[in-house]
Amino acid sequence: MNRLIIKGGRFLDPVAGIDGIFNIYVMGGRVASFKPAYADTTEITPGPGVEVIDAKGLLVTPGLIDVHAHLREPGFEYKETIRTGTLAAAAGGFTSILCMANTRPVNDNESVTRYIRKKAEEEGVVNVFPVGAVSVGQNGERLTEMFELKSAGCVAVSDDGMPIVDGGLMRRALEYSKICDLPVISHAEDPTLAGSGAMNEGEVSTRLGLKGIPGAAEESVVARDIALARLTGGRLHIAHVSTRGSVELIRMAKEEGLKVTAEATPHHLTLTDEAVLKYSTNAKMNPPLRSSGDVEALRKGLKDGTIDCVATDHAPQSIMEKDIEFDRAANGVVGIETAFSLIYGLVAEGLLTLNEAVSAMTIEPARAMGLDKGTLRVGSAADIAIIDLAKGWTVDPAKLRSKSKNTPFAGMTLKGVVEKTIVGGKTVYSRE
Amino acid sequence: MRFKGKDLLGIEDLDASDIDLVLSTAESLREVSEREIKKVPTLRGKTIINLFYEPSTRTRTSFEIAAKRMSADAVNISVSTSSVVKGETIKDTAKNLEAMKPDCIVIRHSASGVPMMLANYVKCSVVNAGDGAHEHPSQALLDMLTVKEKKGAIAGLKLSIIGDITHSRVARSNIYGFTKLGAQVTVAGPPTMVPPGIEKLGCRATSSMDDAIKDADVIMMLRIQLERQKESFFPSVREYSRLYGLDEAKLNRAKKDVLILHPGPINRGVEVSSEVADGPHSLILDQVTNGVAVRMAIFYLLLGAAKE
Repeated sequence: MNRLIIKGGRFLDPVAGIDGIFNIYVMGGRVASFKPAYADTTEITPGPGVEVIDAKGLLVTPGLIDVHAHLREPGFEYKETIRTGTLAAAAGGFTSILCMANTRPVNDNESVTRYIRKKAEEEGVVNVFPVGAVSVGQNGERLTEMFELKSAGCVAVSDDGMPIVDGGLMRRALEYSKICDLPVISHAEDPTLAGSGAMNEGEVSTRLGLKGIPGAAEESVVARDIALARLTGGRLHIAHVSTRGSVELIRMAKEEGLKVTAEATPHHLTLTDEAVLKYSTNAKMNPPLRSSGDVEALRKGLKDGTIDCVATDHAPQSIMEKDIEFDRAANGVVGIETAFSLIYGLVAEGLLTLNEAVSAMTIEPARAMGLDKGTLRVGSAADIAIIDLAKGWTVDPAKLRSKSKNTPFAGMTLKGVVEKTIVGGKTVYSRE
Repeated sequence: MRFKGKDLLGIEDLDASDIDLVLSTAESLREVSEREIKKVPTLRGKTIINLFYEPSTRTRTSFEIAAKRMSADAVNISVSTSSVVKGETIKDTAKNLEAMKPDCIVIRHSASGVPMMLANYVKCSVVNAGDGAHEHPSQALLDMLTVKEKKGAIAGLKLSIIGDITHSRVARSNIYGFTKLGAQVTVAGPPTMVPPGIEKLGCRATSSMDDAIKDADVIMMLRIQLERQKESFFPSVREYSRLYGLDEAKLNRAKKDVLILHPGPINRGVEVSSEVADGPHSLILDQVTNGVAVRMAIFYLLLGAAKE
């Protein structure tokens, strides 16, 4: 059996409460043992079937987990494929990702789910967990066959990208999904309030003369879905929380003990609507970038656990959809390669501890989606990220692995460089 | 002297001295339109393209006449955006036009921000002739010129802009322009049509028409788009007109020497009554005359002044 030894790195695993210098021994793709480096007298030398990674001075964590990515395949391969999307994920330190159902065809039946999983096995480099649709065709009318979706490999259901307008359907989804214990991921948006808005409603939209989307468009549906979680006892996960009001609602729901989890994206945690000031379509996404007060509330929510996890909402869009009039441009930003560095930026600012940041990108997303991932024990699949926290890098869209380059962070210098990503004991990314 | 940049995209980017420069240049060019031969050779050999993605009679004609009085060659292109089939992208259109070596593109578009996009794509000058609900700089400049002509100066005046502020590029450009020159600006309209954060642009906001008109030196009435009724921005034209329409009864509560402006085209009997529109306070046609002078000044400053 092939062996891999990660030597002398700072191993941080929030679940196990470990933060120290360890040698990690991997055998046959699984963790075989951890040894504190100071007490490890084993002679470690590379040889046939023995790979040694010198992680001295580097951070070693369980592989990162993203519960919200759009891989665009099948149907929109010109934006991203399972191959390019997972390569991008690996470059971002992610070892497991959930891919949303708004493909073409929509992932609303087991054959599409099986297709995605097969593609991911053949061409993907990280673990891919499909999210099935809540409604057939994401039309918001009829429930999908959730039991079959789960049997085929879906780990959650969501109509993400499309809001579920019909409260009755959302109720049935939260009830029915209990059969197979699937979380329902809510893209909380009232389209009658969002209207044809292109950005956050506020001073900046007024200045730019762009139609605004008020926070109430999100908060009213977050409130509805929480009430439905209370009514049904179903598992509700709120996607891409963007406003202070939503954070407050989720905080109350958690205090009440409801089965509600939530995510926030790196861009909503680090940018305000002022990023739109030059009509930059790479700062256009749904929900939109909000005010500084909202950003502050999201950060507090992430710190105190109201927001369980960071999720990227990695949404590749081609230049054809972005290099056009702002109000016609497509929503979405790529984010899977910049996510860790942006969240580490919050650590560098003193807003989060490193332990909290790693937790929000490993064990917490795993728990929210019920994945047996996000921590390394003896016997676990060796899904590992190795990161140089001391190093910085400048975001160059041309160098992103993702097929699409729609990042609002172009030109920014970020701290924290992913050096290696290991999935099942195999190195799938190594910085050049 | 000429502008700092190559383009005129909005009043927000200008400072008071830029605005003064346009106004004084326009004042000196105004007499060209009074001559028997209404033409100066200043921009001979320059090509100006009027690229209009929105229907416009007044503004397009005004830019065209301004170009011709400066001896530039003006070409008009009207593109319909209502067509269901998606046309060429702005970028492709821009690159194609640029390949024909124009000196200036004047653009009007229903989407906010398009003139900025265009200016990034082309090397020639770009003039914003109105973009979405963002800016309409030449309109604000002609409004300032008109008020300056009557009042001698802008500083210290009180301007009230009344109507649909949310959807108005004229309102935004005038808020920036008049406040930069030292006027106090108030905007008034139903709360459904006064956008959030408008005060941050430097004005005061109210929903009371009386509050807006009682101390105003200048009242600018905005055109109300009748379609907004369908979107419930106001319940009926009748009630809108009763609350925010300027008629003689309301005018009697304003200052005796108040000036009335309207960017046109007017809905008679809706935002402004015929008596007021045609009355002694109204400067609506002076605005149109000054529009040509201001646009001649804009072309001169962007394209001509450097040679002297």
